[in-house]
This record gives sequence, C-alpha cells and structure tokens, in this order.
Amino acid sequence: MIQEIRDLVSKKLKKLDGVVALRKTDQGTAPTLFQEGDDVSQLVLEPRYPVAKTVSKLQKRFKDAKFGVVARGCDTRALVEMVKRHQIDPDRLYIVGMACSEEQAETCYCAEPAPDLDPWPEADLVGDPVPGAPPNPMVAEYENLSREERWDFWNQQFTKCIKCYGCRDICPVCFCDACSLEDPLWVEPGLLVPDFPMYHLIKAMHMTTRCVACRQCETACPAGIPLTVLYDLIRKDVGNLIGYIPGADADSGPPLSLTLADAPIDSELAK
Amino acid sequence: MDYSNTQTICPFCGCGCAFNLEVVDGEIVGVLPANDHPVGRGSLCIKGWNAHSFVQHEDRLKTPLIREDGDLREASWEEALELVADKLGSIKSEHGPDAIGVLASAKCTNEENYLLQKFARAVIGTNNVDHCARL
Repeated sequence: MIQEIRDLVSKKLKKLDGVVALRKTDQGTAPTLFQEGDDVSQLVLEPRYPVAKTVSKLQKRFKDAKFGVVARGCDTRALVEMVKRHQIDPDRLYIVGMACSEEQAETCYCAEPAPDLDPWPEADLVGDPVPGAPPNPMVAEYENLSREERWDFWNQQFTKCIKCYGCRDICPVCFCDACSLEDPLWVEPGLLVPDFPMYHLIKAMHMTTRCVACRQCETACPAGIPLTVLYDLIRKDVGNLIGYIPGADADSGPPLSLTLADAPIDSELAK
Repeated sequence: MDYSNTQTICPFCGCGCAFNLEVVDGEIVGVLPANDHPVGRGSLCIKGWNAHSFVQHEDRLKTPLIREDGDLREASWEEALELVADKLGSIKSEHGPDAIGVLASAKCTNEENYLLQKFARAVIGTNNVDHCARL
C-alpha cells in the first residue's frame, strides 16, 4: 500500500502545489508538504498526526494554492467538519484516502477506519477498507455506573490534569483564535488542578457536534485521562437526540448553527 | 511555499521531551508533538506546546540597549560591553564578588549557560549563579 500511495503522490505532485503527508528522516517523522522533485521515498504512513490542521493552516496561508493530503478516515471526517465551518476549501483539496488496517482500527476502537470519499470532488482511495473495530469497553463499563459514580469517576480522572491544553491544541476540529478555555471569565487562570468541572466540561461542550472520534486528544494527554469515553458518549447522545454524526454527511449543517426548527430534538429522549 | 516540521528537544525542564517546530517559509508557526519519541510519546506540557513562541517574537532585542535618565536607548555592542565591564568591575571592588549574581536561562543554549557559570565563578568569583528552570 505504501508504494501505491507514494506513486500516486508523485504523479499528483505534477499538478498540485504540494501534498501534505508524513515524512520520515533520521530526525523523526512528522507532517510535511511534499512538492514536485522531493524524495517521495521519505513518505510514510505512521505515526498518526492530525493532518487536517496542517491542511487548514496551509490553505489559509496560501489562498490560491491547491494541495493534496494523505488522509485516513478520521482525517477526512475532520476535514468535512472543517469545510462546514469554512476552515477548509474543498475545491482546493485533493484527497489520497488511506484505508486503515484491522490492527490500526483496533488501536483506535475505530468504527469507520476508511475515509468516505463521497464528499470530495477529487479523491482516490488506496487500500481495502476493513470493518469497524469494537468500541472501547470502558464506555460500556462507564454506562453501568450510577450518577454519583460517574461524577466520582470524572472528578478522579480530572485531578490528573496538568492543564497543558494538549487536548485542545491537537484537536483537528479546534480552530478558534479566541478560545473560551483561555477566558478568565470561565476558566480561572493559573489554577492547577484546573477547576473541576469547568475546563473539561467547557471543552466537552464544544466537542458536541464537532468531535470526529479521532482520539488524538487522548493520545496527547500526558496524564492518560480517558477523554474519548466522555466524547464517545456525547457523540452517542448527539446521534440519538438529533441524528447528527460529525464527519458523516457533508451536506448537513452543524446543528448548533441551526435553529431548533431546523433540527428538532426528540422530546422523549430529551427527558 | 515551504512547510516542514523540524524535530527538536524542548529547551525548558530536564525531562527532554521532543516536539516538532512547524515552519512555513522560514517562520515558526506552531508546535506538533513528536509522536514517535520515547520520552514524550506524543504528549507535551504547556511550556512545550508554547516553546516556539519566543524564538521569533517581535519583542526580542535587536540591538543592545542602555538606560540613560530612566529611558532605554540603542547602543553599539562596544559601548554596552564597556559599560557593563566597567560597572561590574567597580561593584566587585567596592562590595565584593558576592554582591553580583548571574541568572542563566532555559532559552539559552547549553554552551551559553556554561559560559555564564564560568563567567560567574572564574571571572566574577562568586557562586551566585542560578537558572530559571530551578525555580
């Protein structure tokens, strides 16, 4: 698969201003912008990075350029949500979709380990999609807890937080210049452990209708807080209450930007 | 139209986490963690996430400055170094070497910090040397 991707990228570089993909050197592996003439044998597919952030950054900086990106399922879901929020221009983007392996899907408990290329005007898929992996067992365990036990669970987890803002900085769908997590009105500055539950619930609230289950937040957390348990449950609720799944459908607008008339809540479930 | 990431080690505490400096056309625009590095393993503390911000900061000095009548004015290196040598020398002879302290910095290179402590101990003749990471 990797050679197929390298060949495809080489070919597309003749027409694109660059392709965002991982480059491996003896210094390490990180996203880079491959351009025509670059050594494509340095292109690799691991470890995972939130490439949607890089694409958005570059599109905003080079407003006429057309780039490509080597993207997994989580990357294209993030890109879809960013398109809806005007952070990505889909007409200036070519996608090299990469299907994750079963092992990769299991590592991320991923339900959709291959990119859905329907929303993209120009895209190609490399690799054979595998079925979704079983969900994180911690979510089911958590759902069996009583309300008090749930409060204790998060209280305990969040006392580990060192307020590094890593969960926010790495999140591919976080892009606001003025972040409410840095607003002293909501989150007291200079306080460690950050005030429970303000910091974390504000972040979780902003993840509502936005989180694409890429799991980068949990990977980036130095304290090993199981953030995706919280965000997975929010995704579940959002899916059940208003039938919205972030990253799934490029045409449905983000529900928090719509009026209640456009996105009615099922009043039975809301009780 | 260049975008690349250069892996480096965080200059702050002794932990030694690695991260990538995101560079667009020679300008450092951000930090990405080094996901394959054995120390940080894709995590960073808040200082690591923001370690890039001082490198090309607009507030960094471009020339030496000398304070005269309460205001700072630009000066040449020769003038500034002469003034510093003069003043440090007279403080040392009047009040002794321990009247002088030297503060090193995590934003300096290891070599610069080595020179600073050598300067404090061998030139000034004091043990009053410390570093911001110790605080």
